[in-house]
Amino acid sequence: MSRFNLTRRGLIKTSAGAAAGLSLPTYLRAQDSGFTNAPTGDTVTLGFNVPQSGPYADEGADELRAFELAVEHLNGEGDGGMLQTFSSQALEGTGILGKRVEFVTGDTQTKSDAARASARSMIEKDGAIMVSGGSSSGVAVAVQALCQEAGIIFMAGLTHSNDTTGKDRKANGFRHFFNSYMSGAALAPILIDQYGADRKAYHLTADYNWGYTTEEAMVSSTEALGWETVNSVKTPLTQTDFSSYIAPVLNSGADVLVLNHYGGNMVNSLTNAVQFGLREAEANGKQFEIVVPLYSELMARGAGENIAGILGSQNWDWKLENQLGERYIGTNAFVQSFGEKYGFPPSQAAHTCYVQTLLYADAVARAGSFQPCAVVEALEGFEFDGLGNGPTLYRAEDHQCFKDVVVVRGKENPENEFDLVEIVEVTPTDQVTYEPDHPQFAGGSLGSCNNGA
Amino acid sequence: MDQVIVQILNGLDKGSAYALIALGLTLIFGTLGVVNFAHGALFMIGAFCAVTLQRILTLSSVTEDPTRTDFLGNPMKIETPYVESWFGEAIGAGIIDWSVPLAIFFAIPIMMLVGYLMEHGLIRHFYKRPHADQILVTFGLAIVLQEIVKYFYGANPIQTPAPDAFTGSFDFGVLLGFDPLTIMYPYWRLVYFAFAALVIGAVFAFLQFTTFGMVVRAGMADRETVGLLGIDIDKRFTLMFALAACVAGVAGVMYAPIVAPNYHMGMDFLVLSFVVVVVGGMGSLPGAVFAGFLLGILESFASMPFMVDAIPGINQIIIYLVAIIILLTRPRGLMGRKGVMEE
Repeated sequence: MSRFNLTRRGLIKTSAGAAAGLSLPTYLRAQDSGFTNAPTGDTVTLGFNVPQSGPYADEGADELRAFELAVEHLNGEGDGGMLQTFSSQALEGTGILGKRVEFVTGDTQTKSDAARASARSMIEKDGAIMVSGGSSSGVAVAVQALCQEAGIIFMAGLTHSNDTTGKDRKANGFRHFFNSYMSGAALAPILIDQYGADRKAYHLTADYNWGYTTEEAMVSSTEALGWETVNSVKTPLTQTDFSSYIAPVLNSGADVLVLNHYGGNMVNSLTNAVQFGLREAEANGKQFEIVVPLYSELMARGAGENIAGILGSQNWDWKLENQLGERYIGTNAFVQSFGEKYGFPPSQAAHTCYVQTLLYADAVARAGSFQPCAVVEALEGFEFDGLGNGPTLYRAEDHQCFKDVVVVRGKENPENEFDLVEIVEVTPTDQVTYEPDHPQFAGGSLGSCNNGA
Repeated sequence: MDQVIVQILNGLDKGSAYALIALGLTLIFGTLGVVNFAHGALFMIGAFCAVTLQRILTLSSVTEDPTRTDFLGNPMKIETPYVESWFGEAIGAGIIDWSVPLAIFFAIPIMMLVGYLMEHGLIRHFYKRPHADQILVTFGLAIVLQEIVKYFYGANPIQTPAPDAFTGSFDFGVLLGFDPLTIMYPYWRLVYFAFAALVIGAVFAFLQFTTFGMVVRAGMADRETVGLLGIDIDKRFTLMFALAACVAGVAGVMYAPIVAPNYHMGMDFLVLSFVVVVVGGMGSLPGAVFAGFLLGILESFASMPFMVDAIPGINQIIIYLVAIIILLTRPRGLMGRKGVMEE
């Protein structure tokens, strides 16, 4: 017969231990399944972390539309979208591994701390097994690190900085969207072809991580083909009126202005450059030109007719299959689904989020498990087609997708607000591929995948 | 030299916007004693008056063109603005083209109403509360107003172009004897500067040369005595609040072609405008205008490449640096009066 003696000190110790255990994040508590948020019922929850407020809220809304559509298609509703064209046949429209897909959403506010808080909440409170979305590299890097720590798969949304799959790469994180290096590599030959090799460029660069990597990529790509860089000026991220930065450009000896700006910065700097007559100006005996390395349809709408004739790059465009044929199969299926449901064509942000959701689901189906390390293994080195970008590789070394890059130009006379850019050329994958240890991506390591619990 | 002239022009242009907002802030502070952090939102609402009128004027009838298809393969929808149907293509297109200047007449009654409602509905109840309470409630109001605008207009900037006659740049250099194309300056920014000078002049003339203005100035100097003379100064101060809202609103309307309006633009200007008011001297109208132009020009010069190269980050801190120096040497600001905010 044992005797149970409860002393005051013992009670305090036991209570403190229990409290400490309960206060641990969910993903640090041991689970029977061996990995974080293992689905136990007949549903599985995905977490979509997009900017629902703040300056990129419209882009976030388009991402959310695409996520909803992807979930519909995974659950066998609607017309199936790209499931019909996807080269992998593992998904059958019966959810993921037979479990109906549900989702929760978070608001990143395009702030790293807010994005981490919303992702943490989706993981800990809602039991999300995968997190996707976002419209900023700062947010992507922050959430990716959180997911790595929590043992959750992170399928990045719109993030273009080299660092996401460079120095800040993580084993649990995957990026379908292209990056700054690819923009530079795709644009430079076309810039030389269109404007000549004897050009002098002036860079205005947003003063944060994405701006730096984009400037570095554009400078190295264009200088390698003969251009000279006259000056690079950092502009505050909060700047709205760029007149003080634009005014010195015309008399700087430059004949090309490269705007390493995105979002509202891009809209305003481009508008100011056009107001100051740069489009009509001549310098060094040549027509003055403006380049915007990363285009976004939603931002192009903000810039209006100012984007006419201006070159830039995109991850994808909704006209790809119609204009360049079957290599980009999947594009029309997605545009049809999205257009029927929402009444307008999808943006590239919507496309990459839709594709990332399908790729995650497919990897789980092929792995036969939701376990993060099994999913990582299924995605690493995965070659696929039929998702709108042509043949694509998810490279094992850095978890970056390699595919064609679309070079576009602002239309002179757009027919409507959704048809603002025309496709100039598509740069093939091999021209935008780089070694995993390329200097612009140095300093990072994937580490090992984390199952969490 | 050419760059110095361009940056002076830029500074005057930026300063115009700072001065107009700071003028309204000072009017409200000087008359009602309220520190109005929602004043930037009034500037933003003014800009969205221009957006709204543009949208009203481009309301269109929709017809289908069976010979063309949209992205889904359905017949293309062709939109024809009603104003073009009613007044003919040329006149209708002209009206749409001039939507920003026309929006001034659209914005004035709206801003008067918004100002009146703000003062009557909320701010009036905080007159006797500490300045910290006033700042909190007006800052909250600013957030509410910008979220309302975001709900209806989205988060992206919306292009609101100037009339075609004012697009492009003026060759300012030729006027000053420089080579052609040396100093190019956008027409609309010159228009904005002239407009700001006109509005500032009109506000000063109103306060200086009308009986209403005289009473308001007397009330700003000694509210109690004016009240003892049997004048309902509160009613006049309410009207001044509406007038200040109107000044911020028309400043926003005319600014719309310079920077595409977005819901956050008021906040971008607010902090800088408060610095302008403090540097100019709390409650001093000439101080607000002078400091607006001064800080606008300094900000422009600090953004020149050689300045940024010499002192990295100077473009982001110059205004605050100057504000610190001025407040250390002249604690009441450049033209501040004794006794204001010193109780």
